[in-house]
Amino acid sequence: MASFFQLLVSGLATGAIYALIAVGFTLVWQTSQTINFAQGEFVMLPAFFILAAMNAGAPFWLACLIGIVLSVVILGLLFKFIIVDPMLKYGVLPLVISTIALSLFLKEGAKDFYSSQAQPFPSLVPATDFHVFGIVVSLQSLVVLAAATATVVALHVLLTKTRLGRSMQATAQNPTLARILGIDVNRMVLYTFLINGALVAIASILISPIYLAKFTNGETLGIAAFLAAIIGGFNQVRGAILGGVILGVLDNLSAAYISAQYRGAFPLIILIVVILFRPQGLLGRIEERTV
Amino acid sequence: MSRLGAVVVIAAAIFAVVLPFFLKPFGLYLISMWAVLTVAAIGLNLTLGYAGQVSLAQGAFVGIGAYTVGLLLPIGVPFPIAFVAAGLLCFVVGWILGYPALRVQHHYLAFVTLAFNTLVFLVLRNEEWLTGGTYGINGTPRPTLLGWSTNKPLDFYFLCLGAMVVLAAATWWMLRSPWGRAFVALRENPIRALSLGLDTRRYTLMAFAIGSSLGGLSGALYAPLVQFIEPNSFALGMSFNLLLMVIVGGGGYFFGPFLGALVAVLLPEWMRVTQDYYLMVYAALIMVMMAFCPSGLLGLVDRVGRRLRSGEQGPAAAAFEPQSTPP
Repeated sequence: MASFFQLLVSGLATGAIYALIAVGFTLVWQTSQTINFAQGEFVMLPAFFILAAMNAGAPFWLACLIGIVLSVVILGLLFKFIIVDPMLKYGVLPLVISTIALSLFLKEGAKDFYSSQAQPFPSLVPATDFHVFGIVVSLQSLVVLAAATATVVALHVLLTKTRLGRSMQATAQNPTLARILGIDVNRMVLYTFLINGALVAIASILISPIYLAKFTNGETLGIAAFLAAIIGGFNQVRGAILGGVILGVLDNLSAAYISAQYRGAFPLIILIVVILFRPQGLLGRIEERTV
Repeated sequence: MSRLGAVVVIAAAIFAVVLPFFLKPFGLYLISMWAVLTVAAIGLNLTLGYAGQVSLAQGAFVGIGAYTVGLLLPIGVPFPIAFVAAGLLCFVVGWILGYPALRVQHHYLAFVTLAFNTLVFLVLRNEEWLTGGTYGINGTPRPTLLGWSTNKPLDFYFLCLGAMVVLAAATWWMLRSPWGRAFVALRENPIRALSLGLDTRRYTLMAFAIGSSLGGLSGALYAPLVQFIEPNSFALGMSFNLLLMVIVGGGGYFFGPFLGALVAVLLPEWMRVTQDYYLMVYAALIMVMMAFCPSGLLGLVDRVGRRLRSGEQGPAAAAFEPQSTPP
């Protein structure tokens, strides 16, 4: 039982990170119909920004700040203006190809310009363990869980309680109507890209101490983000959070109790079941089809 | 234009037959790879370009085909039978996958097929008793057909080229039949097609299964070509690459996959002059291409041709607008 709780806590911690990535993915999808196949690489990259800043002599906290700012500018602003905007009018498919090419570009870029070796990444907290009622919980899991939860809560407050956030939601739900109501739709779309840039940077800071900073990290993380977004509901931020947590916990528990070799398979099976029986996702709304 | 098109196709065909006599083994390997992957891309074009369904599982079907041949040849099954078995198996698997998956469409289908591709990869990697796990299968023999040994690269290239031409011709014939035209109707307007009495679901399923089967046949040639198959070759990367070939060549154009596969096989090799950065340059070129001609290379040719002929502006956003009749 004790090991069950340990697995649960570490699963929740990874799940919270997946949730961050999936929320950004969902936001961008909702407002601009961009299925970002490079989302995993977006999480891989900020860790290298931070390492580069630290190599240049910046202390860790400053490097993190620089990493987040660079990520917002490059993966948010530039991504939108250079890649997404020129292609939006062509529909979903060419943009999908373009983001697939972008993921290759970023992956090779990190490999060629930084290193092909996994880089150690400084941890936010020292490696200490707590013993509570016979359960061993690492401080790192708790900090990751707390930081990710705080980020998600802050985002949720922004989206639901502020005028800005509600405008963004309106844009996501019905851009035409939002425009009629006087919302600057283009600016709202831009904000979601910037938020995505910040979210992936935070996720990168949280996950890189665990996975090490490696140019191939994006492959698994990107798929985790898709899975979480779809399981939870493609058109709901809450859904992406739920999906991420389910995925993290399930991944840990199934690896321990069912089959470590097929740990990658369980989320996929859940995905297929969800898509077949509840294609709008666990928390999603049904979108009417138009002729 | 169509006469010009015919001239280009004939010139390309002559080129494809004469060129290999002047190539070194690596060049022959590359153009054989082109022929093999073109078959898989034709299959994906059927699913994507004609029936309008985004599949990210074509790489898995190539894998299933490759492993079928890789496993059947060593136990003494003749190549032609193994080849057909690979196609049939993929047809059946495609049908079984498509039956539930085509309830959902568009990006959802993309994700179901993506999940399927990863599942196939896991099975190939984990079931070591059958597939050899990460060590893969080594040394799949090249077949001898009616006394013609295809062991040499040049001979094997002609086998691949021949298979490609036969399969492409079969696809061409199918698309010209009333039955194939229904595929186009599905893409253009599924609800209209339904209202005209087409059983859209069955046709979509057929397109998906036939497309998958072509993936399997491509894999059946892939195994003896590379002579080393392992799970990573058929992971998502392969599916992305095939998708890229179809879109870059021009989705929905019959000759799109030929051109797209040529770009995807040769461009990274030519980019080797940029040394370590060649994959980055390749990726950047794809992004630029998508931004300027999202309907693929043939879409660009089409647009330019139309503009030259009519002397007026082509449609502003020729966009992703594959032609409704095959060229």
